[in-house]
Amino acid sequence: MAEQDIDAIIRVRDVTVQFGNTRVLDSLDLDVKRGEILGFVGPSGAGKSVLTRTIIGLVPKVSGRIEVFGVDLDAASSSQRRAVERRWGILFQQGALFSSLTVRQNIQFPAREYLRVSQRLLDEIMVAKLVMVGLKPEVADRYPSELSGGMIKRVALARALALDPELVFLDEPTSGLDPIGAGDFDELVRTLQRTLGLTVFMVTHDLDSLYTACDRIAVLGNGKIIAAGSIADMKASQHPWLQQYFNGKRARAVVA
Amino acid sequence: MSGDPTLERIAQGEGLALCAAGNWTARFAPALERIVSDAEKLRGSRPHIFIDVSQVASLDTFGAWLIERLRRSLSDASAEAEIAGLSANYSSLVDEVRRVGPAPKAASEPLLISVMLEQIGRTVAGISGTIIGLVDMLGAVLAAAAKVLVHPRSFRFTSTVHHLEQVCLRAVPIVVLITFLIGCIISQQGIFHFRRFGADIFVVDMLGVLVLREIGVLLVAIMVAGRSGSAYTAELGSMKMREEIDALRTMGFDPIEVLILPRMLALVLALPILAFLGAMAALYGGGLVAWLYGGVDPEAFLLRLRDAISIDHFIVGMVKAPVMAAVIGIVACVEGLAVQGSAESLGQHTTASVVKGIFFVIVMDGVFAIFFASIGM
Repeated sequence: MAEQDIDAIIRVRDVTVQFGNTRVLDSLDLDVKRGEILGFVGPSGAGKSVLTRTIIGLVPKVSGRIEVFGVDLDAASSSQRRAVERRWGILFQQGALFSSLTVRQNIQFPAREYLRVSQRLLDEIMVAKLVMVGLKPEVADRYPSELSGGMIKRVALARALALDPELVFLDEPTSGLDPIGAGDFDELVRTLQRTLGLTVFMVTHDLDSLYTACDRIAVLGNGKIIAAGSIADMKASQHPWLQQYFNGKRARAVVA
Repeated sequence: MSGDPTLERIAQGEGLALCAAGNWTARFAPALERIVSDAEKLRGSRPHIFIDVSQVASLDTFGAWLIERLRRSLSDASAEAEIAGLSANYSSLVDEVRRVGPAPKAASEPLLISVMLEQIGRTVAGISGTIIGLVDMLGAVLAAAAKVLVHPRSFRFTSTVHHLEQVCLRAVPIVVLITFLIGCIISQQGIFHFRRFGADIFVVDMLGVLVLREIGVLLVAIMVAGRSGSAYTAELGSMKMREEIDALRTMGFDPIEVLILPRMLALVLALPILAFLGAMAALYGGGLVAWLYGGVDPEAFLLRLRDAISIDHFIVGMVKAPVMAAVIGIVACVEGLAVQGSAESLGQHTTASVVKGIFFVIVMDGVFAIFFASIGM
């Protein structure tokens, strides 16, 4: 493994995922480098979420190999796997907050299970996470059903960051947010990435996010990565979908 | 393990210097917390205090916060503790945790006894609310039914048939099996005890009256409350949680008409059918046991049954069935619509639906018993 790029925190090789007869991912390769924010785009239904869920192990793959932090997740023992799981945090599309727990309990949940620390420290860290994601400590005792959409995303991000992971998966973090909220969220992801040294894998549809938050962009189409690189590379690409996506009417509005 | 976090005190004349080293990260949080609470005891007025973090190998929110907490508790009016040797990588993280204020207190748990008393009070006060809710739902369902009678085209036939399949057809095997077994048990017990008086044959009277009048319909109603009442509550509750009911309403549909009327109608049709099948299965089971265990041959059993029971017993049983179905359905729908946003609430209301459904079924049975007794049936 030494000769390979040691900077890759996620290494996806030749991964195929199939549902019935539909091949969603077709021998796909992808690297995510340490410390970068990778924006992952593609047409609706192209399998962006499927790839995310395959990497984190929620969707079984037909063939291929996925390494996270240099650990092959298929070959890993359950304790190795748990060690990897403690080093990543996941923000689900709908937040996936536990509806019967308060914000406080939601954020403290991973730390309470994994670390033997006092309630005082749990409370303090919970407040620190809330401040980091831009929420007031007063929301701590609300239930998820009493939060707005944007607050749910922020609390879910705080929960994803609860154990100070090195790697964060964000599944459409800005969908359902107003443009200002979405902009704030991009800024937040950027700041957190800088302060905590995170690696971020972000599935998104939001052109603004791609421009402001992402270091690198990977594009999924027909079950493969059709392009990967900077915004400039994307715009220079001759691929028709990329042309339309990055040089279309909405894209021009973003640049202007 | 190497990299364990440490915090050493360095002699500094008048002042206090602490040198942090190792990994100050979440993994070591329990150890870190111990180290920091020990170091917090060093507070006292000193001219200058600083915490040297240049030896720290890695730092995350846990470590940064604990250093910040230590800094705050060592600081006092005369001197502000300082953090020294912070690398550029971590300075923004430390700045971030510096903004953190004190944690809001969790709502304190009141005493157990007062919680219990409060709970009892709320439950008693809630009874009137429950009854009003049920009557309200009954009225809404009847109003929707009246509307459908005026405009028969708005009736949801497909939906009703679908629910009828769910609550009736699919319930037949389990209902028949259970009532069959209950019939067997009643018969066996009856024979066992009646035999002492040489009154074996009267088991037929007991079985006939009990099954057709009471047990048959009551047992089936309880099973339906557990099986279909809970399903109705869970379906409506999760639709409520995901705003599907609000969506229907905004499209100009009445949820009572679209969702609840077909369910109610299916239940009201299903329960008499199930009660009938259940009664037959129980009689069959009872007859079988009477024959095999009590030596009452089928011919004698049927003759005796014809003498022992009148059509009245059967009518009494059948009249009760749709009323009980309506009670179960209304309770289930009220509970379903009362579900709030959390999974826990869904569970609570589904439980309440079954418990209240069974309770009201038994209450109704008592009311019917008084009624039929007074009209001499």
